[in-house]
Amino acid sequence: MRATARLVARADRHGRTTLAELRGESPLLLRQVPASDGGVTVYVVGGAAGPLAGDDLRLEIEVDQGARVRVHTVAASIALPGRPGAVSRMLVRASVSEQAVLHWLPEQLVAAAGCAHVADAQVDVAAGGTLHWRDELICGRHGEQPGDVEINTWVDLAGRPLLRQSLAVGPNAPGWAGPAVLAGAPATGSLLVVDPTRPPEPPAVWPTHARLPLAGGPATLWSATAPDAHTLRRYLEPDTRTAELLGVRPESGRGDCADG
Amino acid sequence: MATPTMLLLLADGRFPAGAHAHSAGLEAAVAAGRVRDLATLGEYLRGRLATAGLVAAAFAAASCRAASGSPGPSAVDGHRPAELTHLGVARRAALARLDAELDARTASPAQRTVSRRQGRALRRAGREIWPQATFDDLPATSDGPHQPLVLGLVGVAAGLEPGQVATVAAYATVTGSASAAVRLLGLDPYQVQALLVRLAGDCDAVAARAARAAEQPPERLPAAAAPLADIHAEAHVTWEVRLFAS
Amino acid sequence: MRPEFDHDESVPHTHPEPGVDPHAPLPAAARALRVGIGGPVGSGKTALVAALCRAFADELRLGVVTNDIYTTEDADFLKRAGVLDPARIRAVETGCCPHTAIRDDIGANLDAIDELIEALGPLDLVLVESGGDNLTATFSRGLVDRQIFVVDVAGGDKVPRKGGPGVTAADLLVINKTDLASMVGADLSVMDRDARARRGDLPTVFQSITEDPLATRVAGWIRHELAHHRSATAHADHPVPAGQA
Repeated sequence: MRATARLVARADRHGRTTLAELRGESPLLLRQVPASDGGVTVYVVGGAAGPLAGDDLRLEIEVDQGARVRVHTVAASIALPGRPGAVSRMLVRASVSEQAVLHWLPEQLVAAAGCAHVADAQVDVAAGGTLHWRDELICGRHGEQPGDVEINTWVDLAGRPLLRQSLAVGPNAPGWAGPAVLAGAPATGSLLVVDPTRPPEPPAVWPTHARLPLAGGPATLWSATAPDAHTLRRYLEPDTRTAELLGVRPESGRGDCADG
Repeated sequence: MATPTMLLLLADGRFPAGAHAHSAGLEAAVAAGRVRDLATLGEYLRGRLATAGLVAAAFAAASCRAASGSPGPSAVDGHRPAELTHLGVARRAALARLDAELDARTASPAQRTVSRRQGRALRRAGREIWPQATFDDLPATSDGPHQPLVLGLVGVAAGLEPGQVATVAAYATVTGSASAAVRLLGLDPYQVQALLVRLAGDCDAVAARAARAAEQPPERLPAAAAPLADIHAEAHVTWEVRLFAS
Repeated sequence: MRPEFDHDESVPHTHPEPGVDPHAPLPAAARALRVGIGGPVGSGKTALVAALCRAFADELRLGVVTNDIYTTEDADFLKRAGVLDPARIRAVETGCCPHTAIRDDIGANLDAIDELIEALGPLDLVLVESGGDNLTATFSRGLVDRQIFVVDVAGGDKVPRKGGPGVTAADLLVINKTDLASMVGADLSVMDRDARARRGDLPTVFQSITEDPLATRVAGWIRHELAHHRSATAHADHPVPAGQA
């Protein structure tokens, strides 16, 4: 299936965000839900199971100056195998203008056995824009080995490269489950926080997650592996204070042990 | 076309660019109990090769491409000064872009520091060995240039082609950690060498893929990430006592 | 290494082809004298460095680079000992190869020296302490101008006779912990005789940091070498050896 969806948000003269455009097609449907803070919350509603190999889905998000948008999905996406040799693709292109805010906080992507899925994200953030961008990947449904999934993220900040990251798991990704990449952890993900109002935070590390200030900031990448989706989510809450509330402190010694 | 000997000299672990002091995350992986024996070392090396190895090899090859095909000081004759200036500006801009692109692929500050330290060490060796090489085209950064970019320029100085430079980078990815594993875990050196022999085909394939990728625009160069590489590097740098610089 | 080298008469700048160095090095007179301090594990290298720090504290602009097997062990000892401002001490990781870092692949040490100078300004003296190794470890002439090799009487009075490049060719051999000689049954006269046989005219110093916390004789030797270095480099019409510091 091919589907394209598009979301354009603008701020009106009262500073409230309005959607100048909101359209989608099955299986990529967009639904606005009420938000109390003057911003806009949109859910991506999967119109069918999937993505299935062979699907080609595109979502465009434009957040104009002063607008605030949160995007969620109603449920995890499960990448499933389709006809032999076919690949499913999901491309998200987003642009975030000055004083604009985009939170991209979807549910997990689950790599089912035999799937072949590529998720691409290309995000342009203008100087002074705010972005929270989360990717979470679950490697296989319960007790199964995942198919091939590649998550590619390109983020530019003020026209300069900020983050380029490709995470590949599955039979065609050598060593992905090994001690250099995930060490057998079935869940992994990252949260990028670009926030000009937040003071830069120093790097910090716990046994399986880390806070990484990026070179092209002000921006921080939280990166994690975890034994399950729930634990992963705790590591990747957009409000970094949440992580501190977990009661874990950055390690300072050699207690660097695997979760399991 | 470089002689095979030049390729071997650059790939040699004894080339004085500080490789002996780096385990490329292996020391932290060993401390975490994730690498314990030959089997886990093999998986570690496969993962490194597919991630950090591919990225380093692609950037080394891209740096080599950016810097070659343009005149070095020895080729000044036959070029008008304006043309030379233009080429120099373009070369510096290309290398600066590669530097920023590689920063964007290195989320961990500890890993960025390590790459730049190793770049500095390689540049020191390169300047001593090839005084005519154009290392000053690299962007001026306080903590040094990224190692793969310097490797590309060293490759140009040595007369290597991008594919050969990629081979050196991919090869160093596996041999550096393997050598550290022999020292850290007391593994049988013959068995470790046999493992490297088994990985030789993968190493060549990664180098070939990197060399092809290096023809892409800089933003399209490989960005293969490994969450544990970042976590290992950040943990390692906090240790009070460590044997390796990375 | 230069076993044929005659310490009393030569200037140890034996690099090839002056003038080809591409770095446009600092004016030679401004460059610190770099002294390597090597020797087996436990022979008292770090204690000697601490003594020299005390001796030169108010006299010279000093920097120290340590190459311990474990990154920061010696550097931390020096910092705790309070003999030198911690900013003047850098530690180099050696990846289990302490002699590689001072002999075959010296870039990390040269970088550390450069960083000290970037942070502190010009220095008079840089002490480079090797990780504890064995009798074969020596410093590259690309890294240091002079080297001191430290052995101790507790290692047995046969050590000078066994030789090895450290004992044979170091610019100064220090036989340390002489206060323990009677307890370990070491014959200092045997050690002195063997050292002379091995070293020709190269000097040897017997010392006990316990009895002489300022390492007076070693400090005196360094002062002499520093004066020699300054006059030689001030009059030299060629650049200093490899490395920019």
